[in-house]
Amino acid sequence: MNDAPALKIVDLVKTYDKGTQALKGVSLEIPQGEFFALLGPNGAGKSTLIGIASNLVVKTSGTVEVCGVSIDVDAPKAKGFIGIVPQEFNFDIFAKVIDIVTNQAGYYGIPYGEAKEYAEEVLKELGLWEKRNEKAQALSGGMKRRLMIARALVHKPKVLLLDEPTAGVDVELRRGMWEFLKKLNESGTTILLTTHYLEEAEHLCRQVAIINGGNIIEQGSVKSLLGKLNVTTLLLDTVEPVTADSIEGIGFKAEYKDENTIQVMLDKGETVNHVLDALSKKHITVANVRNSGSRLEEVFINLISK
Amino acid sequence: MRSPILIGYWTMVRKDLVRLFRIWSQTFLPPVVTMSLYFVIFGGFIGSQVAEISGFSYMQFIVPGLVMMTLITSAYMQTVSTFYFAKWLHVIDEVLVSPMPDWVVIAGYVTGGIMRAFIVGILVLIVSLLFTHIVIFNAFVIFAAAFLTSLLFSLAGLINAIYAKSMDAISIVPNFVLTPLTYLGGIFYSIDLLPPFFRTLSLFNPILYMVNAFRYGFLGVSDVSLWVSFAVMGGLSIALLIVVMILFKRGVGLKT
Repeated sequence: MNDAPALKIVDLVKTYDKGTQALKGVSLEIPQGEFFALLGPNGAGKSTLIGIASNLVVKTSGTVEVCGVSIDVDAPKAKGFIGIVPQEFNFDIFAKVIDIVTNQAGYYGIPYGEAKEYAEEVLKELGLWEKRNEKAQALSGGMKRRLMIARALVHKPKVLLLDEPTAGVDVELRRGMWEFLKKLNESGTTILLTTHYLEEAEHLCRQVAIINGGNIIEQGSVKSLLGKLNVTTLLLDTVEPVTADSIEGIGFKAEYKDENTIQVMLDKGETVNHVLDALSKKHITVANVRNSGSRLEEVFINLISK
Repeated sequence: MRSPILIGYWTMVRKDLVRLFRIWSQTFLPPVVTMSLYFVIFGGFIGSQVAEISGFSYMQFIVPGLVMMTLITSAYMQTVSTFYFAKWLHVIDEVLVSPMPDWVVIAGYVTGGIMRAFIVGILVLIVSLLFTHIVIFNAFVIFAAAFLTSLLFSLAGLINAIYAKSMDAISIVPNFVLTPLTYLGGIFYSIDLLPPFFRTLSLFNPILYMVNAFRYGFLGVSDVSLWVSFAVMGGLSIALLIVVMILFKRGVGLKT
């Protein structure tokens, strides 16, 4: 195995026929073994980037290397390193689950006997083995999404590209999928995930890039990005009912949410203890402190609203 | 050990084969029923009133042409429909993201067209035995003409599907181009029976050469030179193959 980055993208530009510039010179380097999130709002260029890396979108200019192999020099070899899970279902809904997976292995040059073994392994891992002889159209939405992951993994790719893998998936299934992806990454597979569920990126990934309007506007570790957070929003559940008047003049940016909830915005340097002290002076007792949402979401909103 | 390319190719072929037999009532049955009607009406009812052509009964004369018509339609419909739906449902992505080179993907689809054409052609030939006696003058010519024609129309179907953006676009060519050219391609008559102007005009119809080469294989008679027929089939096949390769390379209709 070479030490080249799993994915190296330099000055990638994509202009669609109608003139829309989806990528405006994106550069990105993802080391092998990384769990990387590409965050961005709809239309930011995430799917275009994944599409170019997996040969479904033709780039306008720039270079893409997968494990050191340029897609312009040896596309078949570069493609062999990649497994792709697209956003939309793209399998033959009339085919059996097992056939979809074994056929994909065949396209990657894996003999049928081995393909069946790999398919069994991956379908069992994703809880689809019992459904192997059913037509894909009979599967639930969550199962279809898992089927696409099974199909992408059957040739044991070094790099897995996931385009919004948990879009429209219920909470329980999303958590299950996260655990599966974590295990997969721990076993050595590099994962690039595009998502707009920021909680997902915060929970799974070590490195993040934020893309907006075809440009990478921020890149680094999740930790360093969270470090840039100037304001933290907290929700405080009170023991006794409160009113809007009762929290006036506590010395912090506070907002009355309902009779048992106060929202507080902490600037850098301000701590929860300061808030609790101030509230205590007003005879308000706090039962519970919660994050108002994903912290990364706050970074994200700050960045894209600039 | 087999090469990854061969495994990929065989996977595509096996998938098409399974699909062909799974939907046999759409792929095999309709052409067999249609051709049986042709045999009954043109061969039986009308043919019995028609004089011999080149020393053969009318039924014997039209059988090779009707089989050829089946080959053309089946090969074309196989690639145009499977490729268009693969594109429409984005199933084509499965092969586009794989390491298979473009030529293997093209070979996979084209083989599907040739397989369907040969299976349907053989079935129609078997049915024709109920109506007439079949003679074989040169089996190699029959096979070569059938193969080249199936190849040619599989490629043509692929080009149609690559450009097609709607269901209408995949039915316009078969209905308004292929069917008239096939009917005017000497299936039911010898062009020697036509007035000089229409005889000359017929020579611009490529299907005429395919029908006559195929008929030569069975009956040993042809309205045109066998070598010219094979040159037309071979030349057009190479030309269409180059077009398909270029379209794939550029990602026309496949990639954004």
